Amino acid sequence: MLKTLGILAAGIAVAFGFGLLVDNAVPPFWALIVNLCGVSIILAVSLNVINGLTGQFSLGHAGFMAIGAYVSAYFTTTLRYFDPEVAKYVSQQPLFDGVWGFAPALLVGGLAAALAGLLVGIPTLRLKGDYLAIATLGFGEIVAILLTNFKQVGGSKGLTGIPSYADTSWIYAFVAICIAFSLFFQRSTFGRALIAIRENELAAEVMGIRTARMKVMAFVYGAFFAGLAGGLYAHLFQTINPGNFNFMKSVEVVVMLVLGGLGSLTGAIVGAIILTVLPEALRDLEREIALPGFRMALYALILILMMIFRPQGIFGQRELSLKLLRRILPGGRK
Amino acid sequence: MQILLDNADFASRMLQQVANGLTKGSVYALVAVGYTMVYGVLALINFAHSDVYMLGAYFAYYPARWLGYMPDTAEKPKAPFWLMGMAFLGAMAACAFIGALIERLAYRPLRNASRLAALITAIGVSIFLQNVGQMAFGADPKSFPRYVDQSSVNLGVISVGNTSILIIVVAFLMMAALHLFVQKTRTGAAMRACAHDMKTARLMGINVDATISITFALGSAMAAVGGILVAMDQPRLTPTMGLLMGLKAFVAAVLGGIGSIPGAALGGILLGVAESLVGGLWDTTYAEAVSFVVLIVVLLVKPSGLLGRAGREKV
Repeated sequence: MLKTLGILAAGIAVAFGFGLLVDNAVPPFWALIVNLCGVSIILAVSLNVINGLTGQFSLGHAGFMAIGAYVSAYFTTTLRYFDPEVAKYVSQQPLFDGVWGFAPALLVGGLAAALAGLLVGIPTLRLKGDYLAIATLGFGEIVAILLTNFKQVGGSKGLTGIPSYADTSWIYAFVAICIAFSLFFQRSTFGRALIAIRENELAAEVMGIRTARMKVMAFVYGAFFAGLAGGLYAHLFQTINPGNFNFMKSVEVVVMLVLGGLGSLTGAIVGAIILTVLPEALRDLEREIALPGFRMALYALILILMMIFRPQGIFGQRELSLKLLRRILPGGRK
Repeated sequence: MQILLDNADFASRMLQQVANGLTKGSVYALVAVGYTMVYGVLALINFAHSDVYMLGAYFAYYPARWLGYMPDTAEKPKAPFWLMGMAFLGAMAACAFIGALIERLAYRPLRNASRLAALITAIGVSIFLQNVGQMAFGADPKSFPRYVDQSSVNLGVISVGNTSILIIVVAFLMMAALHLFVQKTRTGAAMRACAHDMKTARLMGINVDATISITFALGSAMAAVGGILVAMDQPRLTPTMGLLMGLKAFVAAVLGGIGSIPGAALGGILLGVAESLVGGLWDTTYAEAVSFVVLIVVLLVKPSGLLGRAGREKV
């Protein structure tokens, strides 16, 4: 526990340093990609708890992300002032402004997503494998359709004019929090229980693990961080619409996990970075050969070939660690 | 009296929505058949199926253009009827070939891998086809030629378009033919045997690989018919037109009981009607959510579907 807190503190300190560096030394386009990588890492690491550790197959992560994004953005835009009508005439201190307004807004977004995770988790518990995948996919689509229908949040046009609170320091501080929590949980009784469910649910149950409760908790946990990632995403791009959180977004996060190695924390991080940078890098290539669709086709092809030739991903279930590096590098101890 | 009149108006509106729903549902049923057959044999959600449906519409679009049918004109068709029919058959055959090819190249190497790997591959193939479609056909919507006379038939209180009647009749005939094929022929028996128990089927001397290829080919041909029919009704082709259709058709297959062809037909039609009723009486955007709500409810209440075989633990 103490060690985790230490890692957490160090991680946040590094995040702020990293933020200063990126703000001052990196061109804006690449800074945006670095920030986007951070959001992807949170998404992938949180989905890893559901799909990787617990072995459930959720295809609805974008739905949780959307809830977090919309709720937090609603707080920092529409509910920015206690009473918007009064604020028109009297100068009023904004309620959700700056650091002390953004953090609660993010938190509320995350909690709303977690609540959704609870609501989805309980009824879908009975489902396994691809049926669960399809049901969570349906959940994600329902969220997108409902958001399109809510005029209060801009319908299909979405929310605009969201303040740009999420800078590199903010995003990577949350990356550090997310990773520290995951590290802690993986080694806790909770994490071990989740892995036991993945390996053999029946055996886990016989060992006295309350599988139903654990699975719901995994959903809630993953949904909470997905909601945070959504909030950060909204305050990074300053405009969101239901199309940002469609089925393809959920697929993207799953692919990050699968590429890195389902069940591996470092795999999730590496997968998230690769799949955020690669499409951007391919974007130039696509523009050069003037063939729209080429980028995503190549992306899909990589995915298919990966599944056929290395279905366990880059790392499998192992973690990238100094020990592993030492073993792989030439001259290392076997 | 006024209330009676209002009710009569309401009833006729309901009937009209049911008729619209039958049209929609027939296409869902045609596409659902492919999902249900493949799931029955391989226990795989073939995400790429919806993109084969998209390809079917495009494969019919280009010959129609070459044969001189211009989109949205009242001009008399230049090519004879049978030539267009041949073009549609060609589109079906091409889709059947592509469906079997997808199975051969992408799914067969993974037959003994984890279900998850196969599912992700299927999603990959789907994204691949969508984007290759975008590269080949362009992202801008194509307008399918108005092939059938657009007039409608008046049936008392409601009116049904010619295209709708064509869709319902063709869909029904295709599914009846498929059902007969699966139930009465030797190949059909082989398909059923593979769905029941693949290992034993192989031991009995059935060529499992060939049977699976045929399953994919048949399902894909059905999807192509669905694509062509939809294109005639709503002539707007885009490379991503399959996405939502695929999800709904899969829901239809689950609703009817996955693995059952009559179930897929029933599920498709029920879903289409439910969607039209919600759309007509409430709001069309909410109609899009109907299928997903239906899906979650079915999975929770009766996962084996309406006509599915209960017993074997699938969920």
